[in-house]
Amino acid sequence: MLDKNGIAKRIAKEVKDGYYVNLGIGIPTLVANFVRDDIDVEFQSENGILGMGPFPVEGEEDADLINAGKQTITALPGASFFDSATSFAMIRGRHVDLTILGAMEVAENGDIANWKIPGKMVKGMGGAMDLVASAENIIVAMMHTNRAGESKLLKRCTLPLTGVGCVTKIVTNLAVLEVTSNGFLLKERAPGVSVEEIQNATEGKLHIESDVPEMEL
Amino acid sequence: MINKSVSNVKTALKGVENSMTFMLGGFGLCGIPENAIEELVRLGVSDITCISNNAGVDDFGLGLLLQKHQIKKMIASYVGENKEFERQMLSGEMEVELVPQGTLAQRCQAAQGGFPAFYTPAGYGTEVAEGKESRSFNGKMYILEEAFKADFSFVKAWKGDEAGNLIFKGTARNFNPCMCGSANITVAEVEELVPAGELDPNQIHVPGIFVQRIFQGTAYEKRIEQRTVRQRN
Repeated sequence: MLDKNGIAKRIAKEVKDGYYVNLGIGIPTLVANFVRDDIDVEFQSENGILGMGPFPVEGEEDADLINAGKQTITALPGASFFDSATSFAMIRGRHVDLTILGAMEVAENGDIANWKIPGKMVKGMGGAMDLVASAENIIVAMMHTNRAGESKLLKRCTLPLTGVGCVTKIVTNLAVLEVTSNGFLLKERAPGVSVEEIQNATEGKLHIESDVPEMEL
Repeated sequence: MINKSVSNVKTALKGVENSMTFMLGGFGLCGIPENAIEELVRLGVSDITCISNNAGVDDFGLGLLLQKHQIKKMIASYVGENKEFERQMLSGEMEVELVPQGTLAQRCQAAQGGFPAFYTPAGYGTEVAEGKESRSFNGKMYILEEAFKADFSFVKAWKGDEAGNLIFKGTARNFNPCMCGSANITVAEVEELVPAGELDPNQIHVPGIFVQRIFQGTAYEKRIEQRTVRQRN
């Protein structure tokens, strides 16, 4: 079974040379730490930067330089700043190659819910609805089950939707799965995790082809 | 040169009244019009509608207007950092419209550029789409979103000149340029106001035509919401 860093490490393998990538808050942010350093990738943060770098060293924090999670960051050589409308033109216009974000629920038809729990949590969707409605290549990073042990990979989402039929790939602490017309296709198992364990943790239709390899990290 | 400069925040906010709709720039606490917000608190205008990506934190930014119960309606994309906001929303004291962030930016931009509405895929099939026209283009579904209408836009820039031209710094740019010229009156506050001719026209981010009043702000706190650092090595 993977921890959060393990999930991020596996997703980092999906990041290819020449990609512009938008990382969501939480596990997705960790992906930047594991991207191979022999490829050229630029990270976009939707509040208005391309070429986002690591956190600043202490004493060099700049209130005018943050990411979408409101954390202080740095700008790498070749970086650019822009306004919010331009930022979402990059996203809506499919200029960003890969979007990685978290989710509360994903359904076997590719629906995603990650912005609201009625009566409990209403924080808003931020840029998530624009991202999932626009991106061609969306990877969801999340735990396979919630804190109560219930599956987050469902037949149908129960929470208010963020987007419909948009998720293509999911990486959890247990598995790598793809969304197909035949349900969740199990592509890889996390180290030490059996197909049975994944089956038990998946409420939606799990499609299993003969041999499911263990992830290489 | 048409001179847009005014001497202080009081003059800049002349004409602000109860029940008006305001756009306020900023992302989190980054690039917010601190001086204008402080003056709105001092003026005590009530029943206002605020269009802004976020709602500040409990004791800074738009949180200051929330404390005084001046906001009747908030239009934002993300409001997760503010407990008082959540309380007023859940108790029904304040009306809230949550808008996808790119749609929020574009509804400002559309107002600036004279577009009454536009189609976007964001929110299709979700509760954001309820009551809105939807339409297919090239096999993909979109919903119709309308431009905002506002009485005042309050924006913050790094540098500006007397002609109202603006230059932003870092990610403090965010929603500010989209809100310039998107309301009846745009008020820009800047950290440094210079005479016309001192800024390089090649480097201007927002041309002065979109700004009606500009003033040099004072005592910027520029609070950092999440101070994250790495080890020096």
